[in-house]
Amino acid sequence: MLSVRDLAVSFQTRNGEVRAVRGITLELGKGEILGIVGESGSGKSVTSYALMRILDAGGSITAGEVTYSGIDLRRAAERDMRDIRGREISMIFQNPRAALNPIRKVGHQIEDVLRQHGRATRADARQKAIEALKAVRIKDAEARYDAYPFELSGGMCQRVVCAIALACDPRLLIADEPTTGLDITTQKAVMDLVRDLIRDRGMSSILITHDLGLAAQYCDRIVVMKDGRIVEQGDPVQIFSAPQHAYTRKLVDATPREGESIRSLLPPDERHPTLPHKVHNRPLIEVKDLTKTYQGKSGPVHAVRGISFRVDQGQSVGLVGESGCGKSTTSEILVRLLDPTSGAVLFDGHDIAGIPARRFVRDTRRKDIQMVFQDATDSLNPRHSARQSIAEPLRRLAGMRGAKLTARVEELAVLVGLPLALLDRFPHQLSGGQKARVGIARAVALEPRFLILDEPTAALDVSIQALVLNLLVDLRAKLGLSYLFVSHDLHVVRLLCDYVIVMKDGQIVEEGPADRIMRNPTHPYTQELLDAAPKPPARRVAAE
Amino acid sequence: MLSAYPRLRAVLLRCAQAIPVVIGVVVISFLLTRALPGDPAVYFAGVMADEASIEETRIAMGLDKPMTQQFVIYVGELLRGDLGMSLTSGRPVATDLANRLPASLELTLTALILASAIAIPLGILAATRPGTWVDHLCRVVVTAGVSLPTFFTGIVLIFVFYYLLGIAPSPLGRLDFIYIEPDHITGFYLIDAALTGDWETWRGAAKQLILPAGTLALFTLAPLARMTRASMLGALSSDFIRTARAAGLTNRKVLYGYAFRNALLPVVTTLGMVFSFALGANVLVEKVFAWPGIGSYAVEALVVSDYAAVQGFVLAMALLFVVLNLVIDLLYTAIDPRIGFEAS
Repeated sequence: MLSVRDLAVSFQTRNGEVRAVRGITLELGKGEILGIVGESGSGKSVTSYALMRILDAGGSITAGEVTYSGIDLRRAAERDMRDIRGREISMIFQNPRAALNPIRKVGHQIEDVLRQHGRATRADARQKAIEALKAVRIKDAEARYDAYPFELSGGMCQRVVCAIALACDPRLLIADEPTTGLDITTQKAVMDLVRDLIRDRGMSSILITHDLGLAAQYCDRIVVMKDGRIVEQGDPVQIFSAPQHAYTRKLVDATPREGESIRSLLPPDERHPTLPHKVHNRPLIEVKDLTKTYQGKSGPVHAVRGISFRVDQGQSVGLVGESGCGKSTTSEILVRLLDPTSGAVLFDGHDIAGIPARRFVRDTRRKDIQMVFQDATDSLNPRHSARQSIAEPLRRLAGMRGAKLTARVEELAVLVGLPLALLDRFPHQLSGGQKARVGIARAVALEPRFLILDEPTAALDVSIQALVLNLLVDLRAKLGLSYLFVSHDLHVVRLLCDYVIVMKDGQIVEEGPADRIMRNPTHPYTQELLDAAPKPPARRVAAE
Repeated sequence: MLSAYPRLRAVLLRCAQAIPVVIGVVVISFLLTRALPGDPAVYFAGVMADEASIEETRIAMGLDKPMTQQFVIYVGELLRGDLGMSLTSGRPVATDLANRLPASLELTLTALILASAIAIPLGILAATRPGTWVDHLCRVVVTAGVSLPTFFTGIVLIFVFYYLLGIAPSPLGRLDFIYIEPDHITGFYLIDAALTGDWETWRGAAKQLILPAGTLALFTLAPLARMTRASMLGALSSDFIRTARAAGLTNRKVLYGYAFRNALLPVVTTLGMVFSFALGANVLVEKVFAWPGIGSYAVEALVVSDYAAVQGFVLAMALLFVVLNLVIDLLYTAIDPRIGFEAS
């Protein structure tokens, strides 16, 4: 149905030509779901934009053939391409909220597509748009027709994007990272919906993702891409059980799976034995009846509704839940950037919740409680070099200057595995993993005792995630840190944590030792979270 | 009852917020005019006046009373709609403003419409074809617009179109003496002439208007074109543009239906700003073209410490800005549903 031969795509940039795709060949059969897996910069998204001929300015197909049902997509006139887009081949995108026009009612956005392709007239457009919304199982579709994207949740927005893509019954759906940025249960709901719709309509599909586990679960066949080339293809079980290419092996290793240890995420030759970390039976942080209520537009919003837990010295506690469960509010209160409505936070037995967040910066315990932020890019000052970012807390809170400061910054860079040559680079000159290391170095600079990790790997590729998680394990042992690891992904949390707390709607629904929670969850919500995570096929153990 | 109409409630609330601003303006304009150097009594008593007649004038003008009392009298008159008498023109300030404000507004609005009509399409074209000749043209026009002062462009335009080519009428006021002023309906000559169907006068007024409006437009065009180009470029690189293109929408629809509406918000903000500084830049243009506007009136009044006239001018401008800001806020909500007027 779709055949791509030796496709190559280049971008003209100020620094010369960048070859994003360097000759890929693939076939897609009718009714088949093909997964294209690769990490950022592999050219997987560019491939799909090239098929649709919607490359950004400066990008062009430099070689190869793209044939869809006998039509030469590379040479087709722009007018014909317009008819193909949306009616024959359509796309859904990552970050669904940004993928929708923010100031146009979602119903009208669906109508635009329907009318463009002559599927609706002015008279029946509204009716057909509502039908399209119903087709993607949006409840109360009539009311949603008049909604703007900002009024809908991320999952709902992705359903609308699906509705736009499927409104004209295309025969091929390209899904470009459709669940990035969505909660794990929403991811499952969206993926299940997409799979069902594809099957019911007998469509073909290309799923582009960085998550090998997700691709394995939903695709009939997987293509692994690296640096604009296909390095391996095969069916999911084969890819997982007997990866041929070294890169595929690295990806398979780095995908968190049940029963694997944190070291097994790394390539075999980098698996040093884990250093032990000691958990003392002495509380470092005790949270008692913590509540936080915001004044919302329509009455108070109870973000945190009375939670209590403790983190012992040397212990790593995972705080798991989906967006809106109150985990971020809790971590912000603990790091003393936000004041609670009521309740106590005991640090070493002394209440620190009573000290206003504004004044905590002058408290001597400020350096004991630090945080690694979620988005490594956004949490670094774009005009500060890595060196300045790491030095900031040392200068501000420890009053370090001159040679001593330089020595300490370099010591920290070595500690987190950041090459010294990169210290004078700015955030935009660093990769995601390097930025994460800068963030971690900054957080441990003052030798804190308690470190809050707010989804530190959420924006990273899996192989980088594996490295960062292992770095955190090593640091914990070397520096005797206690962690509060905040995440939505139980499978990642359990790799690092001794104890897990599951939150929902501002309350703790379940807590216990990590192994027990993973093996034997008692609360249905925990069960749901565990089920929602993609389950890659088991790896062949005999390969050792 | 109002809670049933959140929009209306929000608009009323927004208007109410303007009240303290107006009160502040009344106080400040009063104090500022008193703080001006120069003694109006000396000026208006004449060159030949002696101590006694200056004192007489002072008493006649009410300037001998304490400041607080003067202020109370001023506010009392203001509440009755009396802005006082202008000592230079000898007419009530309210009448003067009513005559001159429309002249300034007609000039500024025409200039802005002209500027928008050129700058916005130019900005859009430059954004959709970066690096081409349109983009370069946009850059040249923008640079020229900001770097040439209005009095200079004004004089150049007069020199070229009036003196050299002779196609423009003499740059003296709003209407050549051969035409009869249209009946005063709105005070805008173009509108009044059109309403009365007097197309000959309309043409005459338009001819008089085109050079000063062009001068002002050239000056206001630059920030508008720049902002349009920048915000269009931003909007065009958004994710939702890719979605729209992947859905097969036409270029036209993507460009105007999706990108432009999203790019409009910063353009409207700029338009508001440009409007306010165009009113300021007016003074020079009005001087060059002998335009009987509010700017030249204020400058003349200021020079001789004509309190009532200056206060009236400042108050009128303040009210104009309050209205302008209100209009821009309302435009925002019309363009962008995400901006709800929150009660807080």
